[in-house]
Order: sequence, then C-alpha cells, then structure tokens
Amino acid sequence: MDILNNLLFGFSVALSLENLAYCFAGVALGTLIGVLPGVGPLVTIAMLFPITFHLQPVPAIIMLAGIFYGAQYGGSTTSILVNLPGETASAVTCIDGYQMARQGRAGPALATAALASFFAGCVGTLLIALVGPTLGEWALKFGAAEYTSLMLMALVASAVMTQSDAVKGLAMVVLGLLIGVVGVDVNSGMARYSFGIPELVDGIGFTVVAVGLFAVAEIVLNLESREPREVYGGKLTGLMPTARDLKDAAWPTVRGTAVGACFGVLPGTGPALSSFATYMLEKKIASDPSRFGRGAIEGVAAPEAANNAAAQTAFIPMLTLGIPATATMALMLSALTMQGIATGPQVMESRPDLFWGLIASMWIGNALLVILNLPLVGIWVRLLTVPYRWLFPSIILFCSIGNYSVSNNPFDVYLCALIGVLGYILVKLECEPAPLLLGYVLGPLLEENLRRALLIARGDPTIFFTRPISLAFMIATLLILIVMIAPAVRKRRQGA
Amino acid sequence: MRPDLRDNRDFLAGLLFIILGGLAVVFARDYPIGSAMRMGPGYFPTVLGAILLLFGGYVMLRGIRSREKVKGEWGWRPLALITLSIVLFGFLLDRLGLIPAIIALFFAAAAAGREFRFKEVLLLAVVMTAFVVGVFIYGLKLPYPLFPGVWWIF
Repeated sequence: MDILNNLLFGFSVALSLENLAYCFAGVALGTLIGVLPGVGPLVTIAMLFPITFHLQPVPAIIMLAGIFYGAQYGGSTTSILVNLPGETASAVTCIDGYQMARQGRAGPALATAALASFFAGCVGTLLIALVGPTLGEWALKFGAAEYTSLMLMALVASAVMTQSDAVKGLAMVVLGLLIGVVGVDVNSGMARYSFGIPELVDGIGFTVVAVGLFAVAEIVLNLESREPREVYGGKLTGLMPTARDLKDAAWPTVRGTAVGACFGVLPGTGPALSSFATYMLEKKIASDPSRFGRGAIEGVAAPEAANNAAAQTAFIPMLTLGIPATATMALMLSALTMQGIATGPQVMESRPDLFWGLIASMWIGNALLVILNLPLVGIWVRLLTVPYRWLFPSIILFCSIGNYSVSNNPFDVYLCALIGVLGYILVKLECEPAPLLLGYVLGPLLEENLRRALLIARGDPTIFFTRPISLAFMIATLLILIVMIAPAVRKRRQGA
Repeated sequence: MRPDLRDNRDFLAGLLFIILGGLAVVFARDYPIGSAMRMGPGYFPTVLGAILLLFGGYVMLRGIRSREKVKGEWGWRPLALITLSIVLFGFLLDRLGLIPAIIALFFAAAAAGREFRFKEVLLLAVVMTAFVVGVFIYGLKLPYPLFPGVWWIF
C-alpha cells in the first residue's frame, strides 16, 4: 500500500538520531511552555525561530511542531493542578480538571488528559497522512483565482471566529495585510512604505512582528495586574485511573477527537475553540449534565482530546495548501519559507522527507509526551513555582537576541519594541492580534494571486464567481460572515 | 451631555484604525495605481487603507454610542520600561557588546515588575549571561563582541 510505504519512509526519517533528538527537544520545550503560564507556544516558537535558521529544514520543523503540540499537553497539567490554564486551549480543562484535583483525583485527571491527548494525537496524525495527499492532489488544480478566494476565506474566518467583535477582527486582518505590504513590490520593484529606511526595503521581519505583538504586549499586560498564583498543595497519589474512569472517558475522547479534528482544519478556529465546543457537546448529551463543573472525567477527556486533535490537523491546510489556518501555523509556514521550502500541493512531491518525516515525528512525539507527562509530572509541577519576575526579563532577552540575530542589525530590535507598543495598545482596546499576524503572513501571497487572477481575467472580478471551486470558497466566506454577524445584529435589535 | 471619549474602548480603536488607514492611503499616493487588470504597486495598499478607514469609522461611531470603557488600568510604566529595555539592548549590543547589553536589559525590564530586588536581578542577569554566551556565542557561534573589543575567539 502506498500510504504504508510513505509512512515507513517517514519513520525512517524521523527515527534518525538527529531528528529524534530535535523531536524530543521540541516536545520537552513545549511541555515546559505549556506548564509556564504567560508563555504561549506562539511566543516560544517566535523566540526560537531565529535559531532554526542554523538547522536543516526537517529537524527545524520537527522541533517547532513538537513545541506546538507539546504545549497542548503541558497546558493541561496546570489547568488540572493549579486551575490556571498554561495555554488558552486548556482553559476548559480547568473547569472539571481542577475539581477532580480538589477531590483528590489529580492523578487520574492527569492520566486521562494525557491518554486522551495521545489517542487524539495518533488519530490526528493518521488523518494528516490520509487526507493530506488527497487534498494536495485536489489543490494542484487551484489557480490564482482559487487561491485568492481561499485566502480570503481563511482571513475572514480567522477574523470572525477568534474574537467576538467581527468588525475589529476584520480591521486587524486589513492592518496585517498592510504591514505585509511594506517592502519591495515584486512586480514593479518599487519599495513601498519604506520611508527611505534601507532596512524597511526588505519588508518587516516575521519574528519582529510576532514577538512584538505577542511577547512584548503580553508581558506588559501581565505586569499591569497582580498575579494570583496558588499551587495545588495536595499530594499526587495514584496516577492510574480506575476501570470505570476509563470506560467513562472512552467515548468522550472519541467524540472530542472528531470535533477537534474538524475544527483544526477550519481556518481561524484552532485548538482553543475546539476544546470549548466539545465541552459544550459533552454537557449537552450527558445523561446528568449537573456533574459537569464538579469533576466529571468527561470534562477532562473530551476537551483534551479535542485540542490535541486540532493541533495535529491544523497542519493539513498549512502543509498541503500552503495556507495557514491559525497564527501559530502562520509561524510554521514562515519558518519553512525562510528555509527556502515552498509549502503547498507540491511539497509532498518535492520534499517527501519533510512531509512524511514530520507526520511520523508527530506520532513519536505524542508517545514521548505521554512518558514526559505522566511519570515526570512532579518535575513540571515544581516549575510552576518559578516566579514570573524571573521569567519575563528572560523572555525579553531571548526575543531581542533572536531579533538581532536575524540580520545582525539593531533596527529589527527597535522595530520590535515599536510593534510591541502598538500591540499592547491594540490588545487593551480589545483588538485581537492573531488575525493581524495571519493577515501579515498571507498579505504578499494574497496580493500576488489577486493580481495574477485579475490579469488573467483582464480585470474582470467575476472570475472569482465563475470558476466553481473559487465560487465555493466565496460562498463559504459569505456564509461565515452571515452566521457570525447575524446573532450580533439580532442581539442588538432585541436590546434596543 | 458631552460623551466622554477618554478611555472609550471602541472610539479609540476606531481612531487608531482611521489614522493608520489614512496614513496608508496618503503614502500610497506616491505609488502608481494602475488598473484592475494591471495593478500598480499602489492599488492593493490604497484599497486596504480605504477599507481600514471604513472599518475604523464604523468602530468609532459604535464606541460613541456604546461608551464602553477600556478594562483595567493602562500599564504605561511597564510598557515604557519594557520598551526601554529592548531599545537599550539593541543600542548597547552594537556599541558596548553583549554583556553590558544583557545587564542593561535585565535591570530595565525587571524595574517594570512589581517587585525589584537588586541582588536577585543581578544574579539572574549573571546566570542568563552565562547561558546566552554558552548557547549563542559558543554553541551557535554568533559573531558578537562580549565587551568593547573583547571577542571570544574559538
């Protein structure tokens, strides 16, 4: 069987000593980050991004991916033990996980979270292997018009779904697209928005935007308010869940995986929304919904399965279409682009080692994570006592070194500070930065495809509505807008 | 009754979008627009700037109506100090070398926190300096001087 051969090939890549080491480094770092509150996977990937320039593409992406899905595991540990999500995708796990811990069942809660994540991770990985090539083949038929509509859909979805305020989200996307415009225009060779500054002619660096928006703004936000931090004092006794726990958790895990896998592929949703959605689903179909919020094991298993499944399947659109669905995937895409690898339908042909190696490494990484998270949970818990006042200057330091090292120029460091100020103000005004980052990454691609599509169509914009695949994306975009904006309008009418 | 616009969340957000969108449109006037068929370098940014202006106007009007305030206090002090620490780092790294830059960054950044313990910050700075020199200078061989004129030759 073709896919079996491909997977075997992938394992042969991923099991090389070097790749295995980077996979381990990635998942260990990811767990660490997931455990430390206030340091998200996005910031870490942005910080480590410059270091990956020194690596080969395959180990680089394997490590970055490990950080991403490793953080989903680590985040659940703090949710359960401290009632503090290390990471937004684990916020829902707090509800029942922390209650279980308070009832002295922290061990089974952690084990359930890890096992559910592992199951979901395996299914997610398998899905990439199965769906990826098919989707990639289909995407080979895409022309400029299809890509333009697809990107439009991804951008609109990310704007509308990641935050409650759709108009602000759309404005952030546009702002991101504008930041992406800075630099030389590939068609005319003209430098745009460079204001005579030579450093701006090359455009604004990716790490500069990501670190400024997420790390700097986030740190200032954390510093403006008091940090309530209280570590669960109880002892961890008995990790293993009982047979009944396993039985109770089994179906929610499967359902969570299914929900998460679907959400992961959709643009703009990602792990956070999927864990929330699946929790709601479990609560709705439970025979006794009142158990939720009081330590129901389903409330741990389902969201943990969902966020990990989504973390895996989020790779599908990024790898096979070259269109990232979330801000973190946008980072991955940029990491690959910097390495000179064009993702998209061709990647499976041109770099099979990368595609299949990454998939195999994800499975290995998920297995490593169970080992890292269950027997070693005590170490991670101790890390929680590291005070934030030690953490944030170190984060700033690594971010700044990273920015400086990209082109050995202090300009990038200054620009990052400036974007940090802008990012903080935007976050305070409740404008989410994630759509901006996605817009910034997709901006140049969108402009190029838009221009090409309209050139082919001789300036006739109906090309986006006459080609069937493009039309489908356009209709989907419209539906997303209607579905998300209609409830807000109705609410306002009722309020008036 | 005059609506109070200070700390009006959506009014300020809309204003920011209008300023940025307006600047985008104004500066894009220097670039040829072209036509829809053959877009010049000014086409895409002009359209984006105009859309941002529209969104900004809508958000601003909504803010005037809803009058929702910004949540919590503005953290101008931590913002200024964190920004300062980053700028100092870039400035000093270029002129005095890596170690003075790291020390300056730590002290400026730590001052942004709620607690500032001199000895602790110093210890942290020393430990992180050792770590950074080990990983970035020794490990990744980045070509930065440690002090003015002091290069680590491996």
